[in-house]
Amino acid sequence: MRAGLIALTALAAALAATATATGTTARTAAPSASCVKASLTLVKPGTLTIGTDNPAYPPWYGGGTTKGSKWQLNDPSNGKGFEPAVAYAVASKLGFTKSEVNWVYVPFNNSFAPGKKKFDFDINQISYTAARAKVVTFSSSYYDVDQALVVLKGTPISHVRSLAGLRGFKLAAELGTTSYYDILGAIKPTKQPSVFDTDAAAVQALKNKQIDGLVVDLPTAFYISGAEVPNSTVSGQFPPPRGGEHFGMVFQKGNPLASCVDGALKTLKANGTLAKIKSTWLSKATGAPVLK
Amino acid sequence: MAVEGDRRPGPEVAGRRSKLLAGWGPGGDGRRSVAIALLSTIVFFAIVVFAVTHSPGWPEVRKTFFDWGEFRSSLPEIASAFKLNVKIFCIAEVFILIFALLIAVIRSLPGPVFFPLRALAIAYADFFRGVPTILVIAILGFGAPALQLKHVPTSTTFWGIVALVLIYTAYVSEVYRAGIESVHPSQEAAARSLGLSRAQTLRHVILPQAVRRVIPPLLNDFIGLQKDTALVGILGAVEAFKQSEIDTDATFNYTPYVTAALLFVALTIPLARFTDWLIARDRRRRQSGGVA
Repeated sequence: MRAGLIALTALAAALAATATATGTTARTAAPSASCVKASLTLVKPGTLTIGTDNPAYPPWYGGGTTKGSKWQLNDPSNGKGFEPAVAYAVASKLGFTKSEVNWVYVPFNNSFAPGKKKFDFDINQISYTAARAKVVTFSSSYYDVDQALVVLKGTPISHVRSLAGLRGFKLAAELGTTSYYDILGAIKPTKQPSVFDTDAAAVQALKNKQIDGLVVDLPTAFYISGAEVPNSTVSGQFPPPRGGEHFGMVFQKGNPLASCVDGALKTLKANGTLAKIKSTWLSKATGAPVLK
Repeated sequence: MAVEGDRRPGPEVAGRRSKLLAGWGPGGDGRRSVAIALLSTIVFFAIVVFAVTHSPGWPEVRKTFFDWGEFRSSLPEIASAFKLNVKIFCIAEVFILIFALLIAVIRSLPGPVFFPLRALAIAYADFFRGVPTILVIAILGFGAPALQLKHVPTSTTFWGIVALVLIYTAYVSEVYRAGIESVHPSQEAAARSLGLSRAQTLRHVILPQAVRRVIPPLLNDFIGLQKDTALVGILGAVEAFKQSEIDTDATFNYTPYVTAALLFVALTIPLARFTDWLIARDRRRRQSGGVA
């Protein structure tokens, strides 16, 4: 399984590298040489500008926020939570100190808007898809993600253990996630699934029983069942789609910085840092039965 | 009293056109006007098209907003989701027209006895014209089902319709009221002197004239309602705009937004032309009739 994971990661890295290579030709010869901090082309020279959405939801972000901060729920610059930890580890590998990292608020919809980006990269649980990679450049995987189903305890849907059994229920996903396509693809539901703009709206609908089940990524599912909706449970996770699904950081199309980040991620994977960050922040996100 | 039977065309009727063709007089002068209009239109659009297509970001904008392939692939899904918009505004409009008329009649009730009813009607219209539509939809759509009352539907479509009916009834009641107040008091006096009761006067003399006069503004509000059905999407319902967001987020290409916009426009433009035609016809009638 470990070998498979490494192979997959290598494949993703290779894909990302070729994707960026088509955008720029100068850089391909010696990628490591151009990754010296001083030679990087950045939004703001000397600073690594990282984008994410606000509010930054747990468990991807943690540590809370300070009063008067523009960040709701969690301030990413505290370095706590999975994504800040990964971002700072990458930044450190590229030679940036903690104070040389600046976080900016980038709504998901703005992360792929045409025009000049205001971030060097955006880290916001964005799944890689081939279609998206035509518009932006993705880093290699920093998290291989599974989708899971959250339901209220004791409801009819909570006893369902198969994908086919879910067909007749009112399911929902969050906007911009690949979960919606997992519902359509894997379950082929008879009722039109709902799609919510925010985590808060989806959670409210689940509490209200306006939906029977909510499909989100596995760590978010465990966070919802553990902290947001007390009477809910993660009833199962979806079998991974062919080729797997992973989160990647988003770059301006063709930004050569992506290959530097890929290099940093490769090191972090090889020396076990990424696995350690994962076990620190996402340890609870395991153990849901796979829906067949 | 009413002018319904009196439809002799006046002398200037033949020359009257809708506003779009204003200034296109008949005769030889008309040909020159048409030529000037045509030329100025061509020059105007040529400048706009040139400015847009020669802007530095145009190639990217064309790819991300006007991608023919994306348009074709997103159209069937969005058109299918648009059926929900049509359903919502058709159902809502029926209730709006009825409830708004009731409110308007209540507001025009004379005498101190009806003061509480009048005050309520005024408070209602003031409140629901003042609150942003999206907030009413969000508060009702997520709030009402949270009460967990039995026999109260949790359907998002249901609460979306309720919210739109509440908002638009307030607007439309004002339109009706303007129509009622535009009927000259002598009409009521004449009707009463013929022995009609107050209710009969309202039903057979005031309202027929009032409603006919406000048909154009009623249609105007109907167009507004059609567009605002897109707001019901925040409750998770997959209507045309939500479907276009889903498609956009899947591909990071904004063309589906344009697809949805075209669908709305395809519906509202004929209605807007029809409204203009009604206004023109109404003006013709009044100018030829002379009374009322």
